[in-house]
Amino acid sequence: MADTLTGPAPETAAPVPEFPMARAAGCPFDPPPALQAQQDEGRLVKVRLWDGSTPWLVTRYEDQRALLLDPRVSADITSPGYPLQAPSNGKNNISFILMDDPEHARLRRMVTAPFAVKRVEALRPGVQKIVDDLIDDMLTVGGPVDLVQAFALPVPSLVICRLLGVPYADHDFFQENSKTLITRDAAIEDRMAAHGRLLGYLDELMGEKVADPGDDLLSGLVGRVESGELSRQDVAQMGVLLLLAGHETTANMIALGTLALLEHPDQFALLRDTDDPKLVASAVEELLRYLSIVHGGRRRAALEDIEIAGQVIRAGEGVIMPNDIANRDPEAFADPDRLDLTRDARRHVAFGFGVHQCLGQPLARMELQVVYSTLYRRIPTLRLAAEVDGLPFKHDGSVYGVYELPVTW
Amino acid sequence: MRVELDEPKCVASGQCVMAAPEVFDQRDEDGIAFLLEEKPAADSLDDVREAVAICPAAAIRLVEQ
Ligand code: HEM
Ligand code: SF4
Repeated sequence: MADTLTGPAPETAAPVPEFPMARAAGCPFDPPPALQAQQDEGRLVKVRLWDGSTPWLVTRYEDQRALLLDPRVSADITSPGYPLQAPSNGKNNISFILMDDPEHARLRRMVTAPFAVKRVEALRPGVQKIVDDLIDDMLTVGGPVDLVQAFALPVPSLVICRLLGVPYADHDFFQENSKTLITRDAAIEDRMAAHGRLLGYLDELMGEKVADPGDDLLSGLVGRVESGELSRQDVAQMGVLLLLAGHETTANMIALGTLALLEHPDQFALLRDTDDPKLVASAVEELLRYLSIVHGGRRRAALEDIEIAGQVIRAGEGVIMPNDIANRDPEAFADPDRLDLTRDARRHVAFGFGVHQCLGQPLARMELQVVYSTLYRRIPTLRLAAEVDGLPFKHDGSVYGVYELPVTW
Repeated sequence: MRVELDEPKCVASGQCVMAAPEVFDQRDEDGIAFLLEEKPAADSLDDVREAVAICPAAAIRLVEQ
């Protein structure tokens, strides 16, 4: 009793909201209302995570961009105060996405070349062929089909497999394991085991590239092992990161983007009826902004005290920057909750911001431009073959989307 | 107006090449940006301003001279 009396005074402030928050039923495209409401609470507010920790939530577009650019914030999950998304074994084993400069920059620069805008542009005819062939197959089989399995997943998987030099025939294996790896609620043992299988797979593939190198990205990295710049483990981890990031994200943009368009028939019609590449490019940016599928929030830890928006983030405190509310910030985008394919949405942060901004963005953009300019033009009567409310949304994934999308025409 | 590119900061995002292809390009070996045009024509300035705004690494500046 005496102890409690002399202990610190109990907190009297308003209760700290839990993060992440739930989306509203019937509003699958909008950020959770309780999250969006935090923008009115303040520019920086505290939230409580699954482990009881209380990092800062940065609610505004401008402040998120400033912090993501700041070298005093760390993306390293082993930095004190890092706001973990799920239980972790305290080790970083998914490569440079969780590292700080200079090591982050050293590794990233080894894989940037094939993602340069003009290199990616050269892949466009090949991607167009992949998309056309998959649509031919769907039309031959006839509806209803699950658009996720028949189209949304195969397009980016085929593309990233070619670029990396991974046999597409193994897609069941890596899709199954990457699904486990990015499910927030999966047990840590299951996630570790899935990750271990993926690393083992990449390591084995590297062995084959040593014996028989091709002109793919993985063969290039194997060359860097031979020259001593990278360890085998570095390459396996980079390979898993690229394989995972390369198909999970774009696949969700294809399926969820199609659903959003079907629910906004006037916007669907714009894409169906156009052959203007500018409008298509603008539609891609707007759908990226509107859907903000990497919805768990960019996560960082402050390495030093940082003054921002009239507050001080102390060294060792965690910071969470959800791009879904930044992309719906009325200070940054007029009428932000409206899907408007004709607006200039290029300044969105759907690919993040700062030195970790998405490496694959030119590739993702090109794939989405090909898909959005082809699918609805070739299947103009495309429609949903299920009720929206009954669809299995990926509320539990670190990338948002739908597990299944039954469509017909 | 003159464009300045702080090359060590560049993270090869390609955003500038998309916004102002007449002014920026990327190196073959690692995708790091370089300038095609240090003093862009007046009708490119809006594109360059967009590149300044979307460069994720704040590596581009447009300076009066
Ligand atoms: C529409 C599709 C995509 C979206 C929305 C997306 C989103 C993102 C976001 C938000 C980040 C930042 C993470 C952070 O700051 O913590 C990121 C990083 C990354 N993305 Fe993507 N991505 C997409 C497609 C791709 C593709 C096709 C690849 C190709 C391999 C890729 C590879 C990466 C990599 C390697 C990183 C880590 C970059 C670094 O840490 O320097 N992404 N992505
Ligand atoms: S936008 Fe910035 S980071 Fe991206 S390529 Fe251009 S200079 Fe480099």
